[in-house]
Amino acid sequence: MNRYFKPIVFLACLVPLGRLAWLGFHKGLGANPIEFITHSTGDWTLTFLLVTLSITPLRRLTRQYWLISFRRMLGLFAFFYGSLHLMTYVWLDKFFDVHEMLHDIAKRRFITAGMTAFTLMIPLALTSTKWSIRKLGKRWQVLHRLIYFSATAGVIHYIWLVKADLKKPLEYAFVLGMLLMYRVIAWAIDRRASPNRVAEPRRQIAVQ
Amino acid sequence: MLIKKAEDIRSSEITPKNLYLNRRKFLAEAAMAGAAAAIGVGLKKTIAPSTTVFAGNKIDGIKKSSFSTTETVTPYKDVTHYNNYYEFGTEKDEPAEQAKNFRTRPWKVKIEGQVEKKQELDIDTILKMAPPEERIYRHRCVEGWSIVVPWVGFSLSELIKRVNPTSKAKYVEFTSLFDLTRMPGQRRQVLDWPYVEGLRMDEAMNPLALLCFGMYGEELPNQDGAPLRIVLPWKYGFKSSKAIVRIRFVEKQPLNSWNISAPMEYGFYANVNPNVDHPRWSQAKERRLGEFLKRPTLMFNGYGDQVAGLYNGMDLKKNY
Repeated sequence: MNRYFKPIVFLACLVPLGRLAWLGFHKGLGANPIEFITHSTGDWTLTFLLVTLSITPLRRLTRQYWLISFRRMLGLFAFFYGSLHLMTYVWLDKFFDVHEMLHDIAKRRFITAGMTAFTLMIPLALTSTKWSIRKLGKRWQVLHRLIYFSATAGVIHYIWLVKADLKKPLEYAFVLGMLLMYRVIAWAIDRRASPNRVAEPRRQIAVQ
Repeated sequence: MLIKKAEDIRSSEITPKNLYLNRRKFLAEAAMAGAAAAIGVGLKKTIAPSTTVFAGNKIDGIKKSSFSTTETVTPYKDVTHYNNYYEFGTEKDEPAEQAKNFRTRPWKVKIEGQVEKKQELDIDTILKMAPPEERIYRHRCVEGWSIVVPWVGFSLSELIKRVNPTSKAKYVEFTSLFDLTRMPGQRRQVLDWPYVEGLRMDEAMNPLALLCFGMYGEELPNQDGAPLRIVLPWKYGFKSSKAIVRIRFVEKQPLNSWNISAPMEYGFYANVNPNVDHPRWSQAKERRLGEFLKRPTLMFNGYGDQVAGLYNGMDLKKNY
């Protein structure tokens, strides 16, 4: 099933980028194209982070355990759109003005939060290979819990940057809250079920 | 009422539209080149240049003004589809859609407070107070973007002089329409409705301060503040109230909506000032819509010769 499914999901993940390109060539990006690209890539980064985080609850609640095979790809797409988002800032917004960017990172807390979110994704992307998983063993799981902090920083980044209308960032915050809450509950249940902390491979992956 | 086509209206006055669109095309392509390369899509020629749609009624007898800039005017399509007008939605493209059927007649403006005679003026009476002028002004939003708009109106002082404020009138307060049925954005409390703004009397009397009812030679489109707004080119855009229904002359400095919403970020004066940052972003540069690189922001948005004297001796870092 995955053999056919994976390429389809892969292409679907590229649709947001394809849409931007298409709109770009057809004057569909509005009066402020750079702002449009910035917002769009930022939105998709958060969306992919949340989709990645929803794989574990989904597969446990629906018992569709094969879903795990998509998690890495979705996580890497979050990193991909995050990189594009950062690139729009570095290139299109600041035009490689390093001094101004450092000033921004230090002084503007929403930029600080955004940079934190992105930086936390880097080690996750770098250790996403099978080799890294094998090599790092249990530490891989611990390391990849950084996604909780990355997604949280990403949502805070959004909350801190809006002027008055918090509706959209709070929607992301709500979904993230649910997804993190699931982990806390799952962790509590698991702990009660196996107080001796007997190793149970499937569960361990699931908590991640 | 004459509904004219775009070509009839301003072929000689504001010509560089074609030039402008070509540049935009180039810039849009440059901006997209990176993204396109990433997925291996080859660059192709842009088809279909964006069409300019003029919808309003032409205003007759517009005089030119020496206050006008000679800079390239921003395309009508951008000025009418990129609006901060939270009464009609918080997204930039929402006002164009949500204000589509907004009724601007009948429309009355209350004149209240410290004036010799409190009265209610009909919009059509106001429009006849002085001959309409075209003022091509730079317009700088507090968010860091800017446009150049050929507004139509006359100096706010023309109205103020006619309603005779008393000596107690130190400030002017502008209240915008509050109507949940006509302004759907007001159903959400993103701001404390109705929108209020204010000016010091001497600011309001400055000839640059424009009482505005048109742009691009036509009646003001709904999403740009019809039927009556003010335009204060040396201040951030949020000071320029739209859909005004009350002008009140007061002794004390009035509140203004964005200041109520976030006092650390938006002050009463809100003069364009590249040296005083918004707490969350720099104000040193701005993106002129349609341009790829940002340009430096000018003190008082380049109107220092006319307005700098109003703020002599004031600490503009404190009075942001």
